[in-house]
Amino acid sequence: MSPRAAARLERLGFEQVYDYVAGKADWGSFGLPLEGAEGSETRAGAHVRTDAPNCRPEDRLPKICERLEESGWDTCFVLDERGVVLGRIGRAAIRGRGDVSAEEAMTLGPSTIRPSARLRAVVERMRRQKLTNLPVTTPDGRLVGLLTLRDAEEALRRLGS
Amino acid sequence: MHAIDRHEVQRLLAEEQAQLVEVLPQAEYEDEHLPGAVNIPLKELDRERVQQLKRGRPVVVYCYDSQ
Repeated sequence: MSPRAAARLERLGFEQVYDYVAGKADWGSFGLPLEGAEGSETRAGAHVRTDAPNCRPEDRLPKICERLEESGWDTCFVLDERGVVLGRIGRAAIRGRGDVSAEEAMTLGPSTIRPSARLRAVVERMRRQKLTNLPVTTPDGRLVGLLTLRDAEEALRRLGS
Repeated sequence: MHAIDRHEVQRLLAEEQAQLVEVLPQAEYEDEHLPGAVNIPLKELDRERVQQLKRGRPVVVYCYDSQ
């Protein structure tokens, strides 16, 4: 639709016309703000915790566990140098605490959602699948933060949904 | 007409006072839109409606996605 709109504007005499082809789906999926009745406050990205622990693939598990104990978290995301999620260190790996690298200990391909995911739908999914949290990433796989069920439910209550 | 990505949208807004125009129907605009965007649905994109746009500034149009 937007290419036709751009062509129409040019026909109407506008000389500097640009078409943001990927549109608002792209904008929101990268966590950029949206306004309106279903604006950013109703989306997952506005309610993530950005202090969730992360590590590099070569980090050793015992050190990671020490950091987790200090911080109170029970999960850690393994990121590459661009911040792309490679895997997740979960409770089972932490309990095992073997002297291995994060890359060896991590679970591959954790489920993720985009910042633009609607909170109501995410909460329903988390309850259905018995998930206590979900990582939020951009479409190119970079970690934005962690959405906890508790935070999401509290946000929905505040929003009156 | 130039096809651009979100980085270029941000640059045009910051540096060239670009005008954002969502061309989806009003109900979809009211649900969600980019900050500062005005709504001129494609079906209403005529000489009268575009009078609200400044001709000396870039105009960035968008809809939901590329589909």
